[in-house]
Amino acid sequence: MASIEGGDGGGHKKGPGVKKAKKLSTRVDMTPMVDLGFLLITFFIFTATLSTPSTMDLNVPKDTDKDEEQTKAKQSGALTIMLGKNNNVYYYEGELSAEGFKQTTFKGIRDIIIKKKRSVIAAYTGSAACEEKARAKKLDVRSECADEDFVVVIKPMPDATYKNTVDILDEMTINQVKRFAMVKIADSEKELIVATEGPSTGTTPAP
Amino acid sequence: MPSVKLPKKSTDTDMTPFVDIAFLLLSFFIMATKFKPPEPVKVETPNSVSSAKLKEENSVLITIDNESKVYVSFGGKTTEDKGKITGIINDLNSSRSLGLTPQEIEAFQSTPLIGVPLAGIKNLLSRPLAEREKIKQPGIPVSDSLNNELVWWVGAAKKAFGGTKLMYLVKGDNTSKFPAFESVINALKRNEEFKYFLITGQEGAPAGSDLANKLSADSRK
Repeated sequence: MASIEGGDGGGHKKGPGVKKAKKLSTRVDMTPMVDLGFLLITFFIFTATLSTPSTMDLNVPKDTDKDEEQTKAKQSGALTIMLGKNNNVYYYEGELSAEGFKQTTFKGIRDIIIKKKRSVIAAYTGSAACEEKARAKKLDVRSECADEDFVVVIKPMPDATYKNTVDILDEMTINQVKRFAMVKIADSEKELIVATEGPSTGTTPAP
Repeated sequence: MPSVKLPKKSTDTDMTPFVDIAFLLLSFFIMATKFKPPEPVKVETPNSVSSAKLKEENSVLITIDNESKVYVSFGGKTTEDKGKITGIINDLNSSRSLGLTPQEIEAFQSTPLIGVPLAGIKNLLSRPLAEREKIKQPGIPVSDSLNNELVWWVGAAKKAFGGTKLMYLVKGDNTSKFPAFESVINALKRNEEFKYFLITGQEGAPAGSDLANKLSADSRK
């Protein structure tokens, strides 16, 4: 056991008739102290790792009404993702149609994004303007320009939670989607989602 | 039954070095730990793959709690920054005629976070500090785009901090609804601010994803 030995080794000779005092052990049981020490260590280890939050950048474009200032997206490279309630995810490629409108989950959406990205890259035929720019900046032309047309449009429903929003933005980072936009959901899309999952309870936050 | 008698050996081990190391570790962690200030509103942030560390100086922190209520607080450590924070409330006091007394303006400094409509701010600041920290605030009205009061707060902060670049931190709870977040963004957009930092926990990049491939390619360089 962890202990401290007392320095009281010698013991003095007392005079005759003096009874020898009983030698008491000076060993101290240190177990409780060690216990407490480790308890504190565990506590500090936990708090140390928990108190380092990170930040995620989010840049949004300026709102503009002028048509020429708006970013153009090609239909062929567009993927629209809608976030519904109960962590449901809906998506369609290109233009909205009843057949193209599909439902998935947050687990499934990654594969959809990857598949779409691959197909856009495969269909890349070359864009002189972008390649010029990439060459001027001495960047790899292929990796800079091949996914130029790939645009993800994110449209959260009022029922979607903040976590859903951050998760989908995170998915953009994970899949290295260079162009994405957060857009207000259109009524036609809302109707399709309501038809699938029932009426919205959002807009007014729960009390 | 015949038994073999084993020589009795002491089971005592000298634990001193072990204890030494343990307490060395303990002192290291005590020194390395920075305690979070107590949070008046409990917010559980979502996780993201982003690894950028949070910087808190010169920041406007917008908190969205689990009931989608919006709060605002201002970060600054130096006395100069603190003066600027007082400038925020002075500005709002005059532009929105809140009728605050100097004591109440002083009290703004020590209020950890504001979550009341501008009309209710006088009431909040007139309370003693202990009460201000505990009181349940109704949240800043943001949902109505005509009366999005966060626009005023951000505008006043921009004005008070003058040329200094402000960081807009958004700290949202997992379960808060999207419209609250959207109105926060709208309020910032109306102040011509387009770059935000969302406070999140940290998680690793999923294996096999494009990000994980890029990160490993970068580290090989």
